[in-house]
Amino acid sequence: MPPPDSRYGDDVDLTHSAAERALADELRAWLADAVPSLPPLPAHDDLRARRAHNGLWQKLLHQGGWAGLSWPVEYGGRGASPTDELIFLEECFRADAPAVDSNFVGLLHAGPTIMVEGTPEQKARWLPPILRGEEVWCQGFSEPGAGSDLAALATRAVRDGDEYVVTGQKIWSSYAHVADWCELLVRTDTDVPKHKGITWIAMRMDSPGLDIRPIETIMGSGEFCEVFLDEVRIPLANRVGAENDGWRVAMVTLSFERGTAFVGELLSARRLVHHIAELARLVPRAGGSAWDDAGIRRDLARTAAHLDACWSLTKWNVSEAARSGIPGVGGSVLKLQLAESNFDLVRVGMRVIDHARVALEDAEIAGAAEVVMESLRAFAVATGGGTLQIQRNIIAERILGLPKEPPWTSS
Amino acid sequence: MDFQLTSLQVDLQEATRAMARGLYPSARLHQMEREGLDRAAWDELAGAGVFSLRVPEADGGVGLGSADAVLVLHELGRALVPGPLVWSHLAAGLDGCDGVVGGLERPGPGATAVVQHLDALDTLVVVDDEGVWRVERPASLEHRRLDPLDPLTPVDAVGSVPRGVQVAGPEVAARWRVEGSALVAALLSGLALGACDLTVAYTKERKQFGRPVGSFQSIKHLLADMLSRAELSRVATLAAGVHLDQPEVGHTERIVAGARVVAGEAAIENGHRAILSHGGMGFTWEVDAHRYLKRAWVLDATFGSVDHHAAALAELL
Repeated sequence: MPPPDSRYGDDVDLTHSAAERALADELRAWLADAVPSLPPLPAHDDLRARRAHNGLWQKLLHQGGWAGLSWPVEYGGRGASPTDELIFLEECFRADAPAVDSNFVGLLHAGPTIMVEGTPEQKARWLPPILRGEEVWCQGFSEPGAGSDLAALATRAVRDGDEYVVTGQKIWSSYAHVADWCELLVRTDTDVPKHKGITWIAMRMDSPGLDIRPIETIMGSGEFCEVFLDEVRIPLANRVGAENDGWRVAMVTLSFERGTAFVGELLSARRLVHHIAELARLVPRAGGSAWDDAGIRRDLARTAAHLDACWSLTKWNVSEAARSGIPGVGGSVLKLQLAESNFDLVRVGMRVIDHARVALEDAEIAGAAEVVMESLRAFAVATGGGTLQIQRNIIAERILGLPKEPPWTSS
Repeated sequence: MDFQLTSLQVDLQEATRAMARGLYPSARLHQMEREGLDRAAWDELAGAGVFSLRVPEADGGVGLGSADAVLVLHELGRALVPGPLVWSHLAAGLDGCDGVVGGLERPGPGATAVVQHLDALDTLVVVDDEGVWRVERPASLEHRRLDPLDPLTPVDAVGSVPRGVQVAGPEVAARWRVEGSALVAALLSGLALGACDLTVAYTKERKQFGRPVGSFQSIKHLLADMLSRAELSRVATLAAGVHLDQPEVGHTERIVAGARVVAGEAAIENGHRAILSHGGMGFTWEVDAHRYLKRAWVLDATFGSVDHHAAALAELL
């Protein structure tokens, strides 16, 4: 590992160093024992069981010394480089290990925020249970009126003694009904510009005054929830950072992005390419199989090419983060290209499975349902963490330096 | 793993960019449409080591690798530098292959051979399954001048291609097909970025409704897509170059074919978008937007097309 301020290396290098290979070997050996010891993954919509399963996996990771790989050593992590993190994600995927799933917000969002902005007491209280898989965090950022324009959030917190009294509504909170804590953005000052009156607080999810309802998505039920807050009382001691400084606190999390944010989605998509190729060889078509169709072969190969390129871009972004310590501008480009390639891929998949697309379960062709479900999930991948339109605005304004759009008027 | 440029590579990239812009400003390119390939500018490229880049130092070359060649050709594509760049680069170091070297895959029996830049060529190389063959004084071949699509890529139909003198064996021919694909991909990725550069500059300047058209979200999003296509193909093509230098990483064939697909699509799509984003001006000869699209179309017909490489990649899935 070069020092983080070193801008250049000796070689542009896609091979793994001896240390990187050793890490991969050690991990592979551990995964070969750990993964088969897990009970089977619960059903997609049994969120309580999924939480328990995720917790068990996180506990195993912790016992094995793999929890919070990229967390600093002082907080119980291994202080691994972005490249090591990429190897970890790749090996876990290869071994069919569970995804981070319900532990995502704790491990990759709330936890890192608390590490930087929390008091010693807050760190001691909140970080260890995240690492051990004992406490699950959810996110209370988006609101019905604050999506792409997140800073327009209106959930109001008013001080009453040593508590905030919070009323409002949050949306898209994954696993909210099975979570222990919520990283919550609230409005504490309505008389200042929108970014300046926001505060970051941690809310217990068993607080009185909370009403949590699952959102019915285009895939049916899932992990997304709406959270209604009616005079929920939260101790001032749960505030991270200063009052009205919550926008900056929330943005700190972004500095933890090391180019690995979309690795899971990308690896899944690359696996789906091969799944669709296999299906195409099996699905009968006029005396042969769907694979005899040159159009299908070519279109699938096109998406494979784009997804391979996204994988190269991931390596580029991760290497850039390893050198500079900060994420480059490649993240928005990757998100956009990955989302579009994913759509292209599932469209080919639908053509391959043909009539079998009409059901969400395998009837005619084994393995077809996965294509159908992925065709729907592709929209969640595209929209989660910022719509494609917002990614395009970021690229146009921050990378290309195009002028800001003038305020909209009806005249 | 450290998939970032070295300081030497950044220097190489910046020096190539400066040289290409200096030798081939837009006005000069327009002149060359009438005057043909600028031999002095070509000699400067050669003197800077563009063609001998991968020839070992012991043999009088620069001794760099395929990733470096990709970076150089990306910058030349971005600046619309004309000429048989890939063939001259591949042939560098071969016996009797100095100067301006063009090339082609040996056409099947009865097929018409189309040679690019025939008038400017010192040597023509022909690739087939048996190896690489050198044809002297190609301009003396019986030929018919065609009206070229790309104003800076003259094309001639050649009656018959002589067998020539063998200068390399089948393993070199096979390697050239892969390396040539990666190098054409590098030129295409450069075209994709050049078309984006041109369009960004124009939409920042061009005012309608009292403001730069680049401030409208419809234009911004189109440009964001152009940049992300160009960026993806730049990285994919660099990865292809690194795979050629480090075959132990594996899947070289798949990565090169994939880079060629991504870069070919990006160059053609960005060429389209560049013309459209210039409004009526985009349809004029004067504005360079059409030059990017035409070059992309012509380049995509060399060393296999997007479709050819997609079909090849499908066989690896």
